[in-house]
Amino acid sequence: MTAARTITFTLNGAPVTADVKPHHNLIEMLQGEFGLTGARESCGQGLCGCCSVVVNGRAVSGCLYLAQFVDGADVVTVESLDTREKLSPVQQAFIEASAFQCGYCTPGFIMMVTQLLDENPDPSDEEIKHYLTGNLCRCATYPEVIDAVKLAANKRKAVATA
Amino acid sequence: MAATLNPSDAKVGSQVGRSVPRLEGRDKVTGRAEYTHVMRLPGMVYAKLFRSTVAHGKIKSIDTSAAKKVPGVLHVVTVDDVMKVLKSPYYGPAFHDQPILAHEKVRFVGEPVAAVIATDPHIAEQAVQLITAEYEEMPAVFDEVEALTSDVFVHEQLKPAHTFADLKHLKDAKNTNVALSYNLRRGDFDKAFAAAEHQFEHEFKTQKVLHLSFEPFACICDFKDTHVTFYDSSQGPSFVRTEIARLLGWPENKVRIKVPYLGSGYGSKLYIKLEALALALAMIARKPVKVAHTFEEMFYQITRHPSTFRIKSGVDKNGKIVARKCEVYWNGGAYADIGPRVTQKSGLTAAGPYDIDNVWIDSHALYTNVTPSGALRGFGVPQLVWAYEGHTDMMARALKMDPVEFRRKNLAIEGRAHATGQILQDHPIEKVMDKVLERMEWSKPFDRGGNSHIKRGRGFAIANKAVISPTTSVAIVNVSADGSATLYCGTVDMGQGSDTAMAQMVAEVLNIPTEDVRVTPRDTDVTPYDMGTLGSRSLFHMGHAVRRAAEDARDKLKALAKEVGEPEGSNIPIAELFQKRYGMQAGNVIGSGIYKPDYTSPAPGTGQSPNVTPFWMLAGSGAEVEVDTETGHVKITKLITVVDCGKAINPKSVETQISGAALMHLGFTMFEKMHIDGGQVTNASLADYKIPGFHDLPTKLESLYVEHDQSNGPFGAKGVGEVATFCVGPALANAIDDACGVRIMEMPLNAETVYRALRAKMGKPLEDA
Repeated sequence: MTAARTITFTLNGAPVTADVKPHHNLIEMLQGEFGLTGARESCGQGLCGCCSVVVNGRAVSGCLYLAQFVDGADVVTVESLDTREKLSPVQQAFIEASAFQCGYCTPGFIMMVTQLLDENPDPSDEEIKHYLTGNLCRCATYPEVIDAVKLAANKRKAVATA
Repeated sequence: MAATLNPSDAKVGSQVGRSVPRLEGRDKVTGRAEYTHVMRLPGMVYAKLFRSTVAHGKIKSIDTSAAKKVPGVLHVVTVDDVMKVLKSPYYGPAFHDQPILAHEKVRFVGEPVAAVIATDPHIAEQAVQLITAEYEEMPAVFDEVEALTSDVFVHEQLKPAHTFADLKHLKDAKNTNVALSYNLRRGDFDKAFAAAEHQFEHEFKTQKVLHLSFEPFACICDFKDTHVTFYDSSQGPSFVRTEIARLLGWPENKVRIKVPYLGSGYGSKLYIKLEALALALAMIARKPVKVAHTFEEMFYQITRHPSTFRIKSGVDKNGKIVARKCEVYWNGGAYADIGPRVTQKSGLTAAGPYDIDNVWIDSHALYTNVTPSGALRGFGVPQLVWAYEGHTDMMARALKMDPVEFRRKNLAIEGRAHATGQILQDHPIEKVMDKVLERMEWSKPFDRGGNSHIKRGRGFAIANKAVISPTTSVAIVNVSADGSATLYCGTVDMGQGSDTAMAQMVAEVLNIPTEDVRVTPRDTDVTPYDMGTLGSRSLFHMGHAVRRAAEDARDKLKALAKEVGEPEGSNIPIAELFQKRYGMQAGNVIGSGIYKPDYTSPAPGTGQSPNVTPFWMLAGSGAEVEVDTETGHVKITKLITVVDCGKAINPKSVETQISGAALMHLGFTMFEKMHIDGGQVTNASLADYKIPGFHDLPTKLESLYVEHDQSNGPFGAKGVGEVATFCVGPALANAIDDACGVRIMEMPLNAETVYRALRAKMGKPLEDA
């Protein structure tokens, strides 16, 4: 096995370094080096969305993204969204709309929905379905996720106008 | 809000029936919920598996020498090494037939043959690639009907576990692939069928599909010489504990199973899966060992049973079904897992929710040389309903009877005897059917799509299921000195919302807010026995135990009040009660509850029993489709599913269970299929095995329940985890037939299947691919 290399990047707003081997993917590094387990590998093919992580402002499939590629990058995970006092509007909406069951895919959904609403604050049902096509939920909580996106959109609008 | 001893009546009924948001919601939306697959222990090492490439063969040799030389590899383990630490390496819930690693023979492609333990999972994976094995290949049997008469035998002799009395006679049986034949006889089928005005016979099949929990199987075993701890993605920690204790020859109290949240299970993580292997490896490594599957490996662990169902019915001149024969063959794969129970417990409902005087059921569990089959959200019932509700529609069509009226004439209503002889109670099947028809607007004219190549059609189906019986649940409610309550129950919350629903029951009895009840994570060191989170049994069985435990705690609090001199009916805050008794914030009140329903074993040979199940699950689905006759593509424009939930403890959770189950089953119906070629699974990945996504949602989806008080249920409730899966398949097949006149007898109903059927109907069949 090849030697590790030290990389430096920003993780949820803080500068960090990590020793990673060439074959380590982003998920392995986040879990192994930083104890962040919100992004999870499931299908291992970038198809289910459970491993969604935002790198330089774009969601990527962490299971297919080699860790060394984030050298110098800005990395954001689901763990950045809440504080002790407050959940993000998207997180709050997922709870209120009961938009999860087992919860394994949920962080991936939360990341993608956050990005969706950043780009399109008032998406239609069709736009929601299209944008979230890369996120699968084996419990099939899809109708509730659509409700949650709309609820989150309203919450964000309320915050913006407050 | 402080909990008090005798609060006002106004608060009674305020917790049960409320859509309480999930108690674990915050942990799940913040990514902080614990799952075994992403867990690490200090000093933990990793195992990866070398798997069989042949479907059936004798192992001639295994060469592990190159793998052992890889730096970082600690052990390369075969069954010979396992047998040095565990004398008998066989496990399983119904039969002790599955070896921890292949022993002398391999019985399916993908069966674990050797394991590498290394300091790093990538090293283990790399070393696995260096292992080679030689096999003497043997003829294999893949089809369940062939397996009945084949001279290929998957097992040399059968090894029933001691758990089930009806398997005892199979001990040491040879020259058979039958792991159980269940028989039901009521009336005289032959005579009634021969005399019937109309006779029908059809054969239906279902394909091999699987659960695909997004958290793949995972287990960490931390073995110490005097006790052992498992961190386990399991739906049945109590069973795992018992089975591990048996393998070790230890008392149960030295075996601890800890189960965090599950990235779901749907039946896959029941009984025993990776635990025996993890145990053996941890004993060899003398370090905590993690065995965690990749997505692909799930295709070699457990699947749903493929099935062949030959169904015959005799109908009299008035449209009354007078005789029915059901011959069901369940493709159990290489190891029995819980297949024999699926065969029996589902088998008894094979004749459907109909009132038929003469019934004959033969239901056979068969060994074959493919990945084992087990429980999958419905325990066999969806495969049965696929057949009997297709059959029902085909008969109605042939008799030129309205499918509603034909069913109505034959419904098994309350007070009538089921095929098992049990008198039906709390079985409002007509209520469920009527609700489906109402939401489908069945009585209104239906637009069939005119002359275009898009043909519209609609169909529906109804079904029942008997909850498996008898099973036991135990619960403990602990009231602390500040008045807060903790529930210890073994039901595993894998997404169905059980923690919240159980907490609601505690809160209802103790008159406190649900949000104040803590449900402990599953840990067999402290959590009492539960048979397993399966078959929609939990809300009913564990619900009873939880309610009793809470009532016991409440009664003990009242006794405590009396002891400290409180007047009758005092509404003293609970915290003050403890303060008075113990002089400070100290002490506990522990309530416990246990539940096991009454049950009478079915009579051998006839399957007759006055009390075979404590409750029935009832479902109906209706579908509208548009079939493109030029491509075979089916668009689902409406899917309505109705179930009877008894009483909705948490209405939002009930709705989510119904829609989730219906959509999961939409995948099994329309496109999911494990492709197997000569025993090799050829689509073992999410890229090649499609599951439902956003674009597969029906244009209109309705998930509804009726509340018919379950008279023996806790708060009138019963389980709803599976029930919405039952009718989706046949409702869609019936709708496709209605749209374009083709009848598909085997799932999935993908565009190719439908197009081939359309071409065959036109007399221009396509050649086989």
